Amino acid sequence: MPRYAMVIDTRRCISCMACVVACKAENDVAPAHFRTRIREEISGTFPDLRAETRSELCNHCDNPPCVYNCPTRASYKNEETGMVLLHKNKCIGCKACIAACPYDARYVDPVKGVVDKCTFCDHRIAAGKQPACVATCVGGSRVFGDLDNPNSSVSILLRQHPSEVLLAGAGTEPRVFYIKHYRTPR
Amino acid sequence: MKNFCSRRQFLKISGATAAGWAMASALPPWQMLSAAEIAAAEGRYVATYCEMCFWKCGAFAKVVADKVVKLEGNFLHPHSRGVLCGRGNGGLGLLYDPDRLKAPLIRTGERGDGKYREASWDEALSLVAEKMGKLATDYGPESLALFTHGSATSHFFPLVKAYGSPNVAMPSFAQCRGPRVAAYDITTGSDIGSPERLDMANSKMVVLLGSHLGENMHSSQVQDFTQAIGNRAKIVVVDPRFSTAAGKADYWLPIRPGTDMALLLAWTHLILKNHWYDAAYLEAYANGLEEMIGQYDEYTPEWAAKETDLSPAVIIETAQLMAKNAPAVALHPGRHVTWDGQDVQRSRAIIILQALLGTWGRKGGIYLASKAKLPPLPAGKAYPKPGRPALNRGGYPFAGGEGVTNVVRASTLSGQPYPIKGWFVSGTNLLAALPNPDETRAAIKQLDFLVAVDMMPTDTVVHADVILPECSYLERHDSIAQLRGRDLRLSIRQPAIEPLYNSKPGWWIAKELSRKLGLEAYFPWQTYAEKLEEDCLAWDIDFDELKEKGVVLIPNSENAYIAPGNPPVFKTASKKIELYSEELELLDFDPLPRYVRNEQPQADEFRLLYGRSPVHTFSRTVNNPVLNELFSENELWLNPRPAAKLGLKNGDYVALVNQDHIKKGHIRLKVTERIREDCVYMVHGFGLQSERLSKAFNRGVSDQELISKYVVDPIAGTTGMRVNFVRLQKEA
Repeated sequence: MPRYAMVIDTRRCISCMACVVACKAENDVAPAHFRTRIREEISGTFPDLRAETRSELCNHCDNPPCVYNCPTRASYKNEETGMVLLHKNKCIGCKACIAACPYDARYVDPVKGVVDKCTFCDHRIAAGKQPACVATCVGGSRVFGDLDNPNSSVSILLRQHPSEVLLAGAGTEPRVFYIKHYRTPR
Repeated sequence: MKNFCSRRQFLKISGATAAGWAMASALPPWQMLSAAEIAAAEGRYVATYCEMCFWKCGAFAKVVADKVVKLEGNFLHPHSRGVLCGRGNGGLGLLYDPDRLKAPLIRTGERGDGKYREASWDEALSLVAEKMGKLATDYGPESLALFTHGSATSHFFPLVKAYGSPNVAMPSFAQCRGPRVAAYDITTGSDIGSPERLDMANSKMVVLLGSHLGENMHSSQVQDFTQAIGNRAKIVVVDPRFSTAAGKADYWLPIRPGTDMALLLAWTHLILKNHWYDAAYLEAYANGLEEMIGQYDEYTPEWAAKETDLSPAVIIETAQLMAKNAPAVALHPGRHVTWDGQDVQRSRAIIILQALLGTWGRKGGIYLASKAKLPPLPAGKAYPKPGRPALNRGGYPFAGGEGVTNVVRASTLSGQPYPIKGWFVSGTNLLAALPNPDETRAAIKQLDFLVAVDMMPTDTVVHADVILPECSYLERHDSIAQLRGRDLRLSIRQPAIEPLYNSKPGWWIAKELSRKLGLEAYFPWQTYAEKLEEDCLAWDIDFDELKEKGVVLIPNSENAYIAPGNPPVFKTASKKIELYSEELELLDFDPLPRYVRNEQPQADEFRLLYGRSPVHTFSRTVNNPVLNELFSENELWLNPRPAAKLGLKNGDYVALVNQDHIKKGHIRLKVTERIREDCVYMVHGFGLQSERLSKAFNRGVSDQELISKYVVDPIAGTTGMRVNFVRLQKEA
């Protein structure tokens, strides 16, 4: 079974927001809501500045607090692919998952009245495509693939470079990995 | 919840029946159904090329039941390589913008007061034809000027030429790339092109001067730039602002605005003095090295450090790095280079450096253009010879074929050398594009007739006497885009859906107008699809393949790099790169770039800088609902130290007053370490005044309104616009 994950190379993210627009169009995300976003973090004082630009989305955690806190079993972890998904017909819009998620990855769809979130574009994966955000990533910063396949781009990148996850201390075991600097080539 | 379920059930029951879609289509289109929900329904993909900017990326429109639901990049297309940027993805927002022009409009009030009535196409076009006829009788056809940009040009330029006027002008020259085009023309004999042929994906070093790639979004170019980052190329960014690109750089040089020439001359000085240039390359391909010796002695790094507010050490270090990595150095010539009126010479200084480092035609530098050729199209009816010579180049020796907008505007105001009494405006918002909009408004007042063809009721459009609503690029055919990179590439634009409302394609508008003007012989085809098919037949291109794949690449048999048997071609008089320009010398211009100091702001003033957001194309996209959601209002970047001095904090609203006492407000402050203390920065294209743009109206501030001063480059007629100084006033 594939173990899907995303690797985000922050060096190559140029915060162009193509992923944000593509995600909204692909997934019919309600106005003023987003399933992915861009963070620009600037530190230092002029002229000694550092910048980190990265995209953020649902981390599809292996230890997902949203799933544990869902009273109706609407939120679930797909055992086959590892994606954290939602049975919308079981969702009662109670927002327990929103409160439990440390990544601010979920929202209530104002039209549908149920929670919604990033699905890793599982419908596109099923059709043999990349998630919409990855397919349109201009910088080549977002990479999607199977951790169990040693030859997948994500596996190769994670072997080549040191990586981090967001809020590692939360113990959520995210499936979204960030490369913040490159290993010096030998 | 109820809505959602009922729609799901409804879908299940009805499938994709016509009745079902007709009912669903009453909902706002992009909120209608997600791609996931309609995955069961059959979609079709229509190949086209994008016009959210002018890079011309190949794209596919996914169409389900006459709705475009998604746009995706075309993998075969070298400009997108399967990837669309935010704007490209946001094309749906233009297509379904509720503020679009929906029917022809005829002005009923005073010009500029926004009062119009709807008219039929026949009435509107008859009125335009009548006015054009009267203009020709009263003043001669040359008194009509065409202002245009983008695909519309290929429809309306032929119409205006057939009518008898040579006076076309595009802001893409005099307000953008013009100085660079002129400088390449003088120095290497041909422009670096669009896309710029920078081999960044193979570069060991990338140098950007004011070029904020990433924020300035052109898909394949930014892909190459991030590839360079991924390859660990050394990145040098020269910018008064810590741009996104600067955030990726190994060296950020926060230069004092207006002094880039000093840095370029100091780099040249170091390369000459230390013999870091590629002598064999220059011997083979360039003229004028001897003339340069001795001319750069005064431009020491220590001297440049004082001018630029950079350290001599960083100037020396970056020059060394260029020498070390040459020729695999991509020294970007910039795209919007109309800064201070010395722009042709500054562009030349960059090109001279490119030559000294031996980068033209070398891997990692500038690759050579494809030499592939298409057979010529059969000649159409010859255009009439204009009764008077074109005035659109204004006597500037290196003004290009795109014309000089500010010259046409000046002639409209002065009536010299002959009157310009009518403007035909398509695809450009002149009030946001040209410096000193007061001059533009005054010129518009003097016109007998102004007709505008556009999709959106822009500030300029709502001054027109007749407004003709063009459909968007997703609803029309346009000419086949021929673009030259490593290969010659042909791209097709074809409608994904029929035109919405009562809008029409540009080709149809031009053809119908030609009929009413008795000029139909210049448009000898019934539909544009027919014309495109004929063009393909003449070029021996498979039209069906082009329609299906969206792009046909004509591979270049030549190598992209200089090699034995593959020399570079320079179309200059000497057939070499002209470091020292005798051509300029003959015209009494400096044959080598030299330093002329720009005026600097007073202690309480800031130089007004402007630039781009990756989700907007000038003022064109500000009202686009999809993109407006991401960036609805521009902010004014200000360094925290002057902010503290002025008692201003992040989020405050301020008004700006420029050196000519023009006051514009209000704009939200972004107090940030990311900018020098002597300048402020905003994204261009905001502060629009057309009330018909419900999302963009009066949001943010127009940089152009504050650019009342501009310096015209004497070589190309282009307008340097970063010469305005502003003071800040806190707004309540």
